[in-house]
Amino acid sequence: MVALLRRSPNVRETVTLAAGAGTFLTALSLLGDVMAGIRPTFTLVEVFPGLPVQFTLEPLGMMFALIASGLWLVTSVYAIGYMRGHGEENQTRFYACFALSISAAMGVALAGNMLTLFIFYEILTLSTYPLVSHHGTPAAKKGARTYLGVLMGTSVAFLLLAVAWTWVVAGTLDFREGGILAGQAGGGTLLVLLGLYAFGTGKAALMPFHRWLPAAMVAPTPVSALLHAVAVVKAGVFTILKVVVYIFGAETLREIAGSEWLLYVAAATMLLASLVAMGQDNLKRRLAYSTVSQLAYVVLGAALANALGLIGGGLHILTHAFGKITLFFCAGAIYVAAHKTEISEMRGLGRAMPVTMTAFLIGALSVIGIPPLAGSVSKWYLLGATLDAGHIALAVALVVSTLLNVAYLVPIPIRAFFSKPEGDPAGQAGGLREAPAWCLVALSITALGCIALLFWADRVHQLLQPIAAPAAAAGG
Amino acid sequence: MIEHNLPALQVVIPLVAAPLCVVIRNARAVYGMTFVVAWLTFACAVALFIRVADSGDIVYAMGGWVAPWGIEYRVDQLSGFVLVLVAGMGAVVATWAPRGLAAEVAPSKRHLFWALYLLCLSGLLGIAITGDLFNVFVFLEISALSSYGLIALGGRRKALPAAFRYLIMGTIGATFILIGIGLMYMMTGTLNMADMATRLPVDGHRTVLVAFAFLTVGISLKAALFPLHAWLPDAYAYAPSTVSALLAATATKVSVYILLRFFLSVFGADFAFGGMGVGQILMVLAVVGMFVASAAAIFQGNLKRMLAYSSVAQIGYMVLGISLASTAGLTGGIVHLFNHGLIKGGMFMATGCILLRAGSVERDELAGIGKTMPWTMMAWTLGGLGLIGVPGTAGFVSKWYLLQAALEQGHVWLAVLLLLSSLLAVAYVWRVVEQAYFKKPAGIGVGAREAPLSMLLPTLVVIGLTLFFGFWTDFPAGAAGAAAESLLGGALMGGTS
Repeated sequence: MVALLRRSPNVRETVTLAAGAGTFLTALSLLGDVMAGIRPTFTLVEVFPGLPVQFTLEPLGMMFALIASGLWLVTSVYAIGYMRGHGEENQTRFYACFALSISAAMGVALAGNMLTLFIFYEILTLSTYPLVSHHGTPAAKKGARTYLGVLMGTSVAFLLLAVAWTWVVAGTLDFREGGILAGQAGGGTLLVLLGLYAFGTGKAALMPFHRWLPAAMVAPTPVSALLHAVAVVKAGVFTILKVVVYIFGAETLREIAGSEWLLYVAAATMLLASLVAMGQDNLKRRLAYSTVSQLAYVVLGAALANALGLIGGGLHILTHAFGKITLFFCAGAIYVAAHKTEISEMRGLGRAMPVTMTAFLIGALSVIGIPPLAGSVSKWYLLGATLDAGHIALAVALVVSTLLNVAYLVPIPIRAFFSKPEGDPAGQAGGLREAPAWCLVALSITALGCIALLFWADRVHQLLQPIAAPAAAAGG
Repeated sequence: MIEHNLPALQVVIPLVAAPLCVVIRNARAVYGMTFVVAWLTFACAVALFIRVADSGDIVYAMGGWVAPWGIEYRVDQLSGFVLVLVAGMGAVVATWAPRGLAAEVAPSKRHLFWALYLLCLSGLLGIAITGDLFNVFVFLEISALSSYGLIALGGRRKALPAAFRYLIMGTIGATFILIGIGLMYMMTGTLNMADMATRLPVDGHRTVLVAFAFLTVGISLKAALFPLHAWLPDAYAYAPSTVSALLAATATKVSVYILLRFFLSVFGADFAFGGMGVGQILMVLAVVGMFVASAAAIFQGNLKRMLAYSSVAQIGYMVLGISLASTAGLTGGIVHLFNHGLIKGGMFMATGCILLRAGSVERDELAGIGKTMPWTMMAWTLGGLGLIGVPGTAGFVSKWYLLQAALEQGHVWLAVLLLLSSLLAVAYVWRVVEQAYFKKPAGIGVGAREAPLSMLLPTLVVIGLTLFFGFWTDFPAGAAGAAAESLLGGALMGGTS
């Protein structure tokens, strides 16, 4: 998988693309089985007695695997344009680590038990570290250090503890429908475990462990796009969803007294991150905070643990992935073509880069959740879930946060299209061109994806139905 | 015939070869012999291990004199396991050594070096194999005296005070052990471990208590358990790389083995952990040691010193596992003994490669060394990940067992401390990784070339094994588990011949 073809960039990129297509098609071919309710299992080795490294396909993992592999393919296309257009160094290391991190993300997606998931979770952290610190500048190093420190720290100190504790309490780490902790421990222990899982999954960027995400924005944009809008952060919220569905069991979670705190932490993260995003002038940092806030939506869905919440959370992983990757692609395209990173410099860019900015607008509207774009579906589910559970305050928080989304995302394309370029109106804008074709292709695909997903939403709903079945049966 | 005498050969081969080194004198011939002897020893150890696994403990009466009168060698699961580690690392390090040694030890002294090396090896193997208390002391002194000499052969001036300090501390430790053994002899009239275990007064006679205390302190000193570790960092830092690699992989591990032997086989778990409450004392010392030594490691500029402090911290993990006195805890402790032997040995080997090519192991001078010595630094980094206990490495396996053991007994705080201390390992490993990979090559980093294949290959093999054992745990964790169970079951008393 790893392209060790240092000398020939063309071969290297072809291999990357071929591998990407191969992975995606493999994942796609398995989709039918999963839809039919089959759960193929594959055991690699038995590391500890009764505790193997094992892969099992199930709906949630299937969806994540499809997203990660599909968007990897698109990102590879984009990366070729970006890396060449930008003349980056160490491209081979870049592609190799890229492939490695995607295989780690696949490992997370398909893990059959919590140990396997944890192993690949850590590999993902380590393999993305060289990507984040790619530039090797002091700023990159500092960002990468925060990245590694927070992710490694939370996962080792909390998540591993939670995993080992679960093993001791429940005697198994398999993902089972209905959860393995049900009836195995007292409410207090479960509450502590929930906290350990929620904060231990640092990749879900729940406040106060969100700092790594803005810090990771020092990475080249394809990395930010794929890893920090899709693979890494989604691996985090995916883990939380998995834990809720298969470790705790949705019903058990709802019965734990005091577990509401997770709801409020998620809601607070949602609102605070949106507020912080408004104050960011650097485009990528603003997007990063927006991601933090959007991830909290998924956590919120998981924490509600009712049928709508779980499906909504799952859907939101998908729709946000498409929306946010489009935005990041655009940010990268702007940087490659115009060398601009600050939002205040982007006046009038829409005239020079119409395709990019249109895609940006579509992505932004989808992230905000305006119909007829994909993001609206998942938001609708989540809103329904909060009302279902009788948390009016949370529903209000969702709406407020949506308004905040509008406030920090919409001005960017508006400024690009409607305001005049600064200084000499004609001269500046005339010097700008569109981004490289490879980039444009990629960002158009994802932008179209945002629209197309609206029509496929019910297919995804079908896929995800089983995970919510126990919750629905219990009257959620 | 040979098969029957394997336990004796295990120790005798290197012991006889050592004086031959001095007689032969020719450096090349001496090395050739050492190489063959070291691998033969390893073959012996593997054969013994397999026989023990197949058909139970082996009891061998030295010279046909049956215990309790004669000296008895006894190989059980635990000692077989330790023999494989010690002999294996002894052989690999000997294979790795010659190129690095050429730069560090004068040709006129090289035959002496190898003589001491073999003596040290036979001493360590002897400790692991013997079933006789006084014999333990004798072998302990053989290995210790030869390692003082080995460290002093380190070219730099600072090697001499380091060796001297080790000599003083080591002798104090050995004296404590000797006093302990003497008191035990006085109480039971026997020196055979199995025999002694049956004859010890059950009600905790005061003399036995004193003996226990002397032995615990003496062995802790030898094992460099915090706070008795002061001799170790200098000794490892200034010794020739070959010696650092050998000792780091084996010497302290063998001391931990003695600790296990005395506590569990001679005194018995009930006495040591029940009556004496030594578990709590060791637990506290182990945890404090993990933190203090890891924190000290972060601030070391010299890679070898850093690894040495990290060793002190890792010994804390092993002792912690022992102090929990449960099957999972002991398994964790023993498997960590093995895993850490491999990891630390491999890392010292990689560091030795750097020292040879770059001429320095000061962290600040190694900017960009990852570009000029990619394979060596890769091995170093992978080893470092093992120290941290990243999943997929051998270090994770041992940590998992320790975590499980702590949680089983409801010590959540202990599990938390265990994990926090491994975060400190992230800090000291990463300071080197950043220096090596994210700085432009500067200073001595520029001129360095990749290490010669004869050094690189053994290093990569050892580090590769640490990754291999991170997934395939049948051998290390399985053997450690069996050893832990037999130790807690007091199997020594019921040994078969």
